[in-house]
Amino acid sequence: MTKKNQLNAEASGLLRYDHNNDGINRRGFLKCMAWAGTGAVCLIEAGVLKSYPLGQQIGKKAQSHRDARFSFVQISDSHMGFNKLANPDVVATLKAAVNRISALPNQPDFILHTGDISHLSKPSEFDNVDQILKATNKEIFFVPGEHDVLNDDGAMFRERYSKKSKGQGWYSFEKNGIHFIALVNVMDLKPGGLGTLGNQQLEWIKDDVHHLKSSTPIVVFAHMPLWSIYPQWGWGTEDAAQALSNLKRFGSVTVLNGHIHQTMQKVEGNVTFHTAFSTAFPQPAPGNAEGPGPMKVPAGQLHNVLGITDIHYVQGRHALGLVDSSLT
Amino acid sequence: MKTRMFVSSVSAVLALSLIAFFVLRTSAKSNIKSSTIEVQVDNFSFGVGTLNVPTNSTVTWVNKDDVPHTVTSTDGLFKSKALDTDDKYAYTFTKPGTYSYYCTIHPKMVGKIVVR
Repeated sequence: MTKKNQLNAEASGLLRYDHNNDGINRRGFLKCMAWAGTGAVCLIEAGVLKSYPLGQQIGKKAQSHRDARFSFVQISDSHMGFNKLANPDVVATLKAAVNRISALPNQPDFILHTGDISHLSKPSEFDNVDQILKATNKEIFFVPGEHDVLNDDGAMFRERYSKKSKGQGWYSFEKNGIHFIALVNVMDLKPGGLGTLGNQQLEWIKDDVHHLKSSTPIVVFAHMPLWSIYPQWGWGTEDAAQALSNLKRFGSVTVLNGHIHQTMQKVEGNVTFHTAFSTAFPQPAPGNAEGPGPMKVPAGQLHNVLGITDIHYVQGRHALGLVDSSLT
Repeated sequence: MKTRMFVSSVSAVLALSLIAFFVLRTSAKSNIKSSTIEVQVDNFSFGVGTLNVPTNSTVTWVNKDDVPHTVTSTDGLFKSKALDTDDKYAYTFTKPGTYSYYCTIHPKMVGKIVVR
C-alpha cells in the first residue's frame, strides 16, 4: 500500500490504540501528531486517540463529550511590526489566526500567547495585537518573548500583560482544575547562552507547586523552549531541568513554548513538550540554514507554515490532546 | 659673507626639514586616528569573530539582518539600543585591550574587538 493510501485508510477507519490508565501510547501520539499538517485531526476522546480527516464529523463527535472536556488555544510569535520578505503583512496572518480560532468546533475557554507579541517592543505594536485579538472575545494570558522586552527590562510588558506577576513577570493560575504556570526565560541572557529562568524564579516555582496534589494536571508556558532543541541556535533553556525537577511527581505535565516558529513535540514520561507555529513567519528546521532567522517560503505557501494549537483536556484523562492546525 | 649666507640657508633648510619631518609624522598619526571600520551584522552573526583594530578606531556596526540585534559589551563598557534593519551603532576604542560583546536578544551571537 502506498503511504498516502495507508494514511487515508487509517484516517477513515479511525486509528485506535490500547491505553493503560495513565495516558497515551507515545508512538501513537507522535504518529498522530505527524499528520497535523496534512489535514487530519487527532483527538483524545474517552482516553482513546482517534484521528479524523479535517472537516468531517469532528463537530458531532466532540459535541457528545462536551461536558467532560474543555479546551484552550496556544498562539505564539505574532511579531507585530515585522514587515520583511518572509511576511510583509503580519497583521493579515494574525487576523487569519483569529479566524481559525473562531472556526473551531469547540470554542476554547481562553488563549495562551507564548511571546514575541511585538517585534520591537513598541507600544503601537502591542496596541495592534491587542486590537486584533479583541475579536476572539476570550481571556488571553501572555508571557514575553525576547522581542517584547528590548528597552526597559520588561517593565512595559508587565504593566500591560502581567500586572499581578512576581519578579520579572512569572505567575500562575487555576482553570478547570488545571494549574497553569507562566514563566519568563528571556531576561538577563548571558553571552553565548540559552534562555534562562534564574534562581529567584526557580525558587518561586518550587514554592508555587508545593501544596498541589500530584494528580493536578500542570501546564507550563514560556517563550523559549524548556527542552534542548538546538543549542547552537540558542533553542533551549539553561536551567530548565531544575524547574522541571519540581514537577516530576505530577501525573500530567504539558510544556508549551514558542520562539522557534515551527511545531515540534517530545514526550518524556509524564511530560509532553510542545512548540507552536508562529502567526508571523516560519523559521528553518534546526541546522537547515545559516541561522535561525525568518524564512521565506514559495508564494502561496505561507499560510501552510503558520497556525494555532488547540488543546483539549478530558476530565480523568491525564495527558492533554494537542492539535496543531495551520492557517489553511 | 657668502659663506655665512650659505651656512644660514643650509641651517634654515635643515631646520625646515626637521619641522616638516615632525609635522608629517604627527599627521600620519592623525590619519590613523580618524579610521572607521564597519562591521556588517547579518544571519545572526557579527561577521568575522575577532576584529583587530588600531587604538582610536571607531567601529560602526550595521544591522543587515531582518531581525533586530544589539551590540552589548560583556563588561558594561558600551551598549546599543535595539538595532532594526539598517540601523547603526558606533563606538570609538581609545584604549588598547580586548573587548568582548554579544547580542542581548540572541546571546549566541558573540564578537570580539582587539585594540592595539
